[in-house]
Amino acid sequence: MKNLDSVFAAYLIGWGIFFVFSLSVARRAAGLKEELGRLKERLQDSARQGK
Amino acid sequence: MKRTLPIFAVLTAALLSYSLYEALVLAPTDQLQGDVYRIIYYHVPSAWTAFLLFGINFVCSIQYLVRGNPRSDRLTNWIVIGVGVVIAVAAYLVTLPKGMLPSAVATTGFLIVGLYFLVKKLFSHQAVDVLAVVSAEVGVVFCTVVLVTGPLWARPVWGIWWASGDIRLTSTLVLWLLYVAFLILRTMIDDADRRALVSAFFGVFTFLDVPLVYGSIWWWRTQHPQPVVFTSAGLDPTMRKVFYLSWLSLTCLMALLIRQRYELESSREELRTLEQELEAT
Repeated sequence: MKNLDSVFAAYLIGWGIFFVFSLSVARRAAGLKEELGRLKERLQDSARQGK
Repeated sequence: MKRTLPIFAVLTAALLSYSLYEALVLAPTDQLQGDVYRIIYYHVPSAWTAFLLFGINFVCSIQYLVRGNPRSDRLTNWIVIGVGVVIAVAAYLVTLPKGMLPSAVATTGFLIVGLYFLVKKLFSHQAVDVLAVVSAEVGVVFCTVVLVTGPLWARPVWGIWWASGDIRLTSTLVLWLLYVAFLILRTMIDDADRRALVSAFFGVFTFLDVPLVYGSIWWWRTQHPQPVVFTSAGLDPTMRKVFYLSWLSLTCLMALLIRQRYELESSREELRTLEQELEAT
Protein backbone atom coordinates (compact mmCIF):
# COMPACT_ATOMS: atom_id res chain seq x y z
CA MET A 1 0.00 0.00 0.00
CA LYS A 2 2.18 2.87 -1.29
CA ASN A 3 1.22 6.54 -1.57
CA LEU A 4 -2.05 6.02 0.25
CA ASP A 5 -1.56 9.42 1.90
CA SER A 6 -2.04 11.05 -1.52
CA VAL A 7 -5.21 9.01 -2.12
CA PHE A 8 -6.68 9.92 1.27
CA ALA A 9 -5.69 13.57 0.85
CA ALA A 10 -7.38 13.68 -2.57
CA TYR A 11 -10.60 12.11 -1.27
CA LEU A 12 -10.67 14.18 1.92
CA ILE A 13 -10.04 17.49 0.19
CA GLY A 14 -12.51 16.57 -2.56
CA TRP A 15 -15.27 15.79 -0.06
CA GLY A 16 -14.34 18.88 1.91
CA ILE A 17 -14.89 21.07 -1.17
CA PHE A 18 -18.38 19.59 -1.77
CA PHE A 19 -19.25 19.88 1.91
CA VAL A 20 -18.15 23.53 2.19
CA PHE A 21 -20.05 24.41 -1.01
CA SER A 22 -23.25 22.72 0.19
CA LEU A 23 -22.90 24.41 3.59
CA SER A 24 -22.39 27.83 2.00
CA VAL A 25 -25.49 27.38 -0.19
CA ALA A 26 -27.52 26.32 2.87
CA ARG A 27 -26.32 29.39 4.82
CA ARG A 28 -27.06 31.74 1.93
CA ALA A 29 -30.53 30.13 1.57
CA ALA A 30 -31.24 30.58 5.30
CA GLY A 31 -30.25 34.27 5.09
CA LEU A 32 -32.47 34.80 2.05
CA LYS A 33 -35.41 33.03 3.72
CA GLU A 34 -35.16 35.42 6.68
CA GLU A 35 -35.02 38.42 4.37
CA LEU A 36 -37.99 37.09 2.37
CA GLY A 37 -40.03 36.71 5.57
CA ARG A 38 -39.21 40.29 6.61
CA LEU A 39 -40.15 41.67 3.19
CA LYS A 40 -43.44 39.75 3.13
CA GLU A 41 -44.32 41.20 6.56
CA ARG A 42 -43.51 44.70 5.34
CA LEU A 43 -45.66 44.16 2.25
CA GLN A 44 -48.58 42.97 4.40
CA ASP A 45 -48.14 46.00 6.71
CA SER A 46 -48.14 48.44 3.82
CA ALA A 47 -51.21 46.68 2.33
CA ARG A 48 -53.04 47.04 5.69
CA GLN A 49 -52.08 50.72 5.93
CA GLY A 50 -53.33 51.21 2.36
CA LYS A 51 -56.77 49.91 3.38
CA MET B 1 -41.30 16.12 -5.53
CA LYS B 2 -40.81 17.26 -1.92
CA ARG B 3 -41.16 13.66 -0.74
CA THR B 4 -38.88 12.14 -3.35
CA LEU B 5 -36.01 14.56 -2.62
CA PRO B 6 -35.08 13.14 0.85
CA ILE B 7 -35.31 9.59 -0.56
CA PHE B 8 -33.04 10.58 -3.44
CA ALA B 9 -30.63 12.25 -0.98
CA VAL B 10 -30.44 9.09 1.16
CA LEU B 11 -29.94 6.90 -1.93
CA THR B 12 -27.18 9.22 -3.15
CA ALA B 13 -25.44 9.10 0.24
CA ALA B 14 -25.61 5.29 0.20
CA LEU B 15 -24.32 5.16 -3.37
CA LEU B 16 -21.47 7.58 -2.59
CA SER B 17 -20.45 5.52 0.47
CA TYR B 18 -20.54 2.24 -1.45
CA SER B 19 -18.61 3.65 -4.41
CA LEU B 20 -16.02 5.03 -1.99
CA TYR B 21 -15.67 1.56 -0.43
CA GLU B 22 -15.31 -0.02 -3.88
CA ALA B 23 -12.76 2.57 -5.00
CA LEU B 24 -10.59 2.30 -1.89
CA VAL B 25 -10.98 -1.39 -1.00
CA LEU B 26 -12.53 -3.58 -3.71
CA ALA B 27 -10.86 -2.18 -6.83
CA PRO B 28 -7.62 -4.02 -7.69
CA THR B 29 -4.27 -2.26 -7.29
CA ASP B 30 -2.68 -0.97 -10.49
CA GLN B 31 0.48 -2.85 -11.51
CA LEU B 32 2.39 0.28 -12.56
CA GLN B 33 1.16 3.02 -10.23
CA GLY B 34 0.17 1.06 -7.15
CA ASP B 35 -2.62 2.44 -4.98
CA VAL B 36 -2.23 6.08 -5.94
CA TYR B 37 -4.11 5.35 -9.20
CA ARG B 38 -7.30 5.08 -7.04
CA ILE B 39 -7.58 8.86 -7.37
CA ILE B 40 -8.87 8.10 -10.90
CA TYR B 41 -12.26 7.15 -9.38
CA TYR B 42 -12.62 10.69 -8.07
CA HIS B 43 -10.57 12.81 -10.47
CA VAL B 44 -11.97 11.65 -13.85
CA PRO B 45 -15.70 11.38 -12.88
CA SER B 46 -15.42 14.89 -11.37
CA ALA B 47 -13.97 16.14 -14.68
CA TRP B 48 -16.75 14.49 -16.69
CA THR B 49 -19.38 15.93 -14.36
CA ALA B 50 -17.81 19.39 -14.71
CA PHE B 51 -17.94 19.02 -18.52
CA LEU B 52 -21.60 18.00 -18.28
CA LEU B 53 -22.39 21.05 -16.13
CA PHE B 54 -20.55 23.41 -18.46
CA GLY B 55 -22.46 21.73 -21.32
CA ILE B 56 -25.74 22.52 -19.52
CA ASN B 57 -24.54 26.12 -19.10
CA PHE B 58 -23.77 26.28 -22.85
CA VAL B 59 -27.20 24.88 -23.80
CA CYS B 60 -28.93 27.34 -21.44
CA SER B 61 -26.91 30.27 -22.80
CA ILE B 62 -27.88 29.41 -26.39
CA GLN B 63 -31.52 28.92 -25.42
CA TYR B 64 -31.65 32.26 -23.61
CA LEU B 65 -30.36 33.97 -26.76
CA VAL B 66 -32.65 32.26 -29.29
CA ARG B 67 -35.91 31.56 -27.45
CA GLY B 68 -36.96 35.20 -27.44
CA ASN B 69 -37.53 34.96 -31.20
CA PRO B 70 -39.67 32.04 -32.55
CA ARG B 71 -37.89 32.02 -35.93
CA SER B 72 -34.39 31.81 -34.48
CA ASP B 73 -35.68 29.25 -31.96
CA ARG B 74 -36.99 26.97 -34.74
CA LEU B 75 -33.82 27.44 -36.78
CA THR B 76 -31.63 26.57 -33.77
CA ASN B 77 -33.68 23.39 -33.18
CA TRP B 78 -32.78 22.21 -36.67
CA ILE B 79 -29.15 23.30 -36.32
CA VAL B 80 -28.82 21.30 -33.07
CA ILE B 81 -30.35 18.20 -34.70
CA GLY B 82 -28.03 18.71 -37.69
CA VAL B 83 -24.95 19.02 -35.46
CA GLY B 84 -25.91 15.82 -33.59
CA VAL B 85 -26.38 13.86 -36.84
CA VAL B 86 -23.17 15.25 -38.39
CA ILE B 87 -21.14 14.27 -35.28
CA ALA B 88 -22.67 10.77 -35.27
CA VAL B 89 -22.04 10.19 -39.01
CA ALA B 90 -18.59 11.83 -39.01
CA ALA B 91 -17.53 9.57 -36.12
CA TYR B 92 -17.64 6.63 -38.52
CA LEU B 93 -16.43 8.41 -41.68
CA VAL B 94 -13.56 10.55 -40.41
CA THR B 95 -10.27 9.08 -39.19
CA LEU B 96 -10.35 9.66 -35.45
CA PRO B 97 -7.24 9.97 -33.24
CA LYS B 98 -5.76 6.58 -32.32
CA GLY B 99 -7.77 4.88 -29.56
CA MET B 100 -10.85 7.12 -29.79
CA LEU B 101 -14.00 5.01 -30.18
CA PRO B 102 -16.44 6.10 -32.95
CA SER B 103 -19.36 4.80 -30.86
CA ALA B 104 -18.36 7.10 -27.96
CA VAL B 105 -18.18 10.11 -30.31
CA ALA B 106 -21.53 9.25 -31.94
CA THR B 107 -23.19 8.83 -28.53
CA THR B 108 -21.83 12.24 -27.48
CA GLY B 109 -23.48 13.76 -30.58
CA PHE B 110 -26.88 12.30 -29.68
CA LEU B 111 -26.44 13.26 -26.01
CA ILE B 112 -25.93 16.92 -27.02
CA VAL B 113 -29.23 16.85 -28.96
CA GLY B 114 -31.02 15.09 -26.06
CA LEU B 115 -29.68 17.57 -23.50
CA TYR B 116 -30.74 20.54 -25.63
CA PHE B 117 -34.35 19.38 -26.00
CA LEU B 118 -34.60 18.15 -22.41
CA VAL B 119 -33.59 21.58 -21.06
CA LYS B 120 -36.00 23.22 -23.51
CA LYS B 121 -38.89 21.03 -22.36
CA LEU B 122 -38.26 21.43 -18.63
CA PHE B 123 -37.23 25.11 -18.33
CA SER B 124 -38.91 28.34 -19.42
CA HIS B 125 -37.04 31.16 -21.18
CA GLN B 126 -36.36 32.95 -17.88
CA ALA B 127 -35.59 29.72 -16.01
CA VAL B 128 -32.75 28.80 -18.41
CA ASP B 129 -30.87 31.87 -17.16
CA VAL B 130 -31.24 30.61 -13.59
CA LEU B 131 -30.10 27.12 -14.63
CA ALA B 132 -27.12 28.67 -16.47
CA VAL B 133 -25.75 30.36 -13.35
CA VAL B 134 -26.49 27.30 -11.18
CA SER B 135 -24.73 24.91 -13.56
CA ALA B 136 -21.74 27.26 -13.87
CA GLU B 137 -21.33 27.52 -10.09
CA VAL B 138 -21.67 23.77 -9.44
CA GLY B 139 -19.39 23.16 -12.45
CA VAL B 140 -16.72 25.38 -10.90
CA VAL B 141 -16.95 23.28 -7.71
CA PHE B 142 -16.41 20.01 -9.65
CA CYS B 143 -13.62 21.63 -11.69
CA THR B 144 -11.95 22.73 -8.42
CA VAL B 145 -12.00 19.10 -7.27
CA VAL B 146 -10.32 18.11 -10.56
CA LEU B 147 -7.63 20.78 -10.16
CA VAL B 148 -6.93 19.75 -6.56
CA THR B 149 -6.93 15.96 -7.00
CA GLY B 150 -4.83 16.15 -10.20
CA PRO B 151 -1.65 17.50 -8.53
CA LEU B 152 -2.12 15.09 -5.60
CA TRP B 153 -2.01 12.26 -8.14
CA ALA B 154 0.77 13.83 -10.23
CA ARG B 155 3.25 14.32 -7.38
CA PRO B 156 3.92 10.61 -6.65
CA VAL B 157 3.62 9.53 -10.30
CA TRP B 158 5.39 12.33 -12.23
CA GLY B 159 7.51 13.67 -9.37
CA ILE B 160 6.02 17.16 -9.83
CA TRP B 161 2.79 18.79 -8.69
CA TRP B 162 2.11 20.64 -11.92
CA ALA B 163 3.58 20.33 -15.42
CA SER B 164 4.01 23.92 -16.60
CA GLY B 165 3.07 24.35 -20.24
CA ASP B 166 1.11 21.09 -20.41
CA ILE B 167 -1.86 21.95 -22.58
CA ARG B 168 -4.38 19.71 -20.75
CA LEU B 169 -3.48 21.18 -17.36
CA THR B 170 -3.29 24.77 -18.60
CA SER B 171 -6.57 24.60 -20.56
CA THR B 172 -8.34 23.12 -17.52
CA LEU B 173 -7.06 25.95 -15.33
CA VAL B 174 -8.19 28.46 -17.98
CA LEU B 175 -11.60 26.73 -18.06
CA TRP B 176 -11.93 27.17 -14.29
CA LEU B 177 -10.88 30.83 -14.52
CA LEU B 178 -13.37 31.48 -17.36
CA TYR B 179 -16.33 30.15 -15.37
CA VAL B 180 -15.21 32.03 -12.25
CA ALA B 181 -15.16 35.14 -14.48
CA PHE B 182 -18.68 34.22 -15.69
CA LEU B 183 -19.90 34.18 -12.07
CA ILE B 184 -18.11 37.45 -11.20
CA LEU B 185 -19.52 39.11 -14.32
CA ARG B 186 -23.06 38.35 -13.18
CA THR B 187 -22.51 40.13 -9.89
CA MET B 188 -21.39 43.29 -11.72
CA ILE B 189 -24.61 43.92 -13.70
CA ASP B 190 -27.71 45.11 -11.82
CA ASP B 191 -30.30 45.03 -14.58
CA ALA B 192 -31.69 41.44 -14.73
CA ASP B 193 -32.34 41.31 -18.50
CA ARG B 194 -28.96 42.80 -19.37
CA ARG B 195 -27.22 40.47 -16.90
CA ALA B 196 -28.90 37.43 -18.47
CA LEU B 197 -28.08 38.57 -22.02
CA VAL B 198 -24.41 39.43 -21.36
CA SER B 199 -23.80 36.23 -19.39
CA ALA B 200 -25.50 34.15 -22.12
CA PHE B 201 -23.07 35.56 -24.73
CA PHE B 202 -20.18 34.97 -22.32
CA GLY B 203 -21.43 31.41 -21.59
CA VAL B 204 -21.39 30.49 -25.30
CA PHE B 205 -17.85 31.87 -25.68
CA THR B 206 -16.60 30.22 -22.50
CA PHE B 207 -17.73 26.74 -23.51
CA LEU B 208 -15.34 26.80 -26.48
CA ASP B 209 -12.57 25.80 -24.04
CA VAL B 210 -14.30 22.50 -23.14
CA PRO B 211 -13.60 20.72 -26.48
CA LEU B 212 -10.04 22.07 -26.25
CA VAL B 213 -9.60 20.58 -22.75
CA TYR B 214 -11.07 17.24 -23.85
CA GLY B 215 -9.24 17.04 -27.18
CA SER B 216 -5.87 18.33 -25.94
CA ILE B 217 -4.58 14.90 -24.93
CA TRP B 218 -5.60 13.45 -28.31
CA TRP B 219 -4.21 16.28 -30.46
CA TRP B 220 -0.95 17.10 -28.67
CA ARG B 221 1.73 15.19 -26.80
CA THR B 222 1.19 16.01 -23.15
CA GLN B 223 2.53 15.03 -19.75
CA HIS B 224 -1.06 14.19 -18.86
CA PRO B 225 -1.77 10.57 -19.90
CA GLN B 226 -4.20 9.61 -22.68
CA PRO B 227 -7.68 8.54 -21.56
CA VAL B 228 -8.38 4.88 -20.78
CA VAL B 229 -12.18 4.96 -20.42
CA PHE B 230 -14.32 4.79 -23.58
CA THR B 231 -11.22 4.01 -25.64
CA SER B 232 -9.89 0.93 -27.41
CA ALA B 233 -7.15 0.67 -24.72
CA GLY B 234 -9.88 0.08 -22.11
CA LEU B 235 -9.85 -0.46 -18.37
CA ASP B 236 -9.74 -3.72 -16.46
CA PRO B 237 -13.41 -4.92 -16.16
CA THR B 238 -13.46 -4.61 -12.33
CA MET B 239 -11.86 -1.17 -12.49
CA ARG B 240 -14.38 -0.15 -15.17
CA LYS B 241 -17.31 -1.24 -12.97
CA VAL B 242 -15.96 0.73 -9.99
CA PHE B 243 -15.31 3.71 -12.26
CA TYR B 244 -18.88 3.79 -13.62
CA LEU B 245 -20.29 3.45 -10.12
CA SER B 246 -18.17 6.40 -8.94
CA TRP B 247 -19.35 8.43 -11.92
CA LEU B 248 -22.99 7.56 -11.26
CA SER B 249 -22.70 8.52 -7.58
CA LEU B 250 -21.04 11.86 -8.42
CA THR B 251 -23.73 12.54 -11.03
CA CYS B 252 -26.41 11.97 -8.35
CA LEU B 253 -24.48 14.35 -6.05
CA MET B 254 -24.42 16.87 -8.91
CA ALA B 255 -28.22 16.60 -9.24
CA LEU B 256 -28.63 17.28 -5.51
CA LEU B 257 -26.26 20.26 -5.54
CA ILE B 258 -28.04 21.69 -8.59
CA ARG B 259 -31.39 21.32 -6.87
CA GLN B 260 -30.11 22.98 -3.68
CA ARG B 261 -28.47 25.84 -5.58
CA TYR B 262 -31.49 26.26 -7.90
CA GLU B 263 -33.77 26.78 -4.89
CA LEU B 264 -31.43 29.50 -3.63
CA GLU B 265 -31.50 31.27 -7.00
CA SER B 266 -35.30 30.98 -7.15
CA SER B 267 -35.53 32.57 -3.67
CA ARG B 268 -33.32 35.41 -4.94
CA GLU B 269 -35.70 35.97 -7.86
CA GLU B 270 -38.65 35.98 -5.43
CA LEU B 271 -36.82 38.50 -3.24
CA ARG B 272 -36.17 40.80 -6.22
CA THR B 273 -39.87 40.64 -7.21
CA LEU B 274 -40.98 41.43 -3.66
CA GLU B 275 -38.53 44.35 -3.43
CA GLN B 276 -39.96 45.77 -6.67
CA GLU B 277 -43.51 45.33 -5.33
CA LEU B 278 -42.53 47.11 -2.13
CA GLU B 279 -40.96 49.97 -4.06
CA ALA B 280 -44.13 50.28 -6.16
CA THR B 281 -46.35 50.54 -3.06
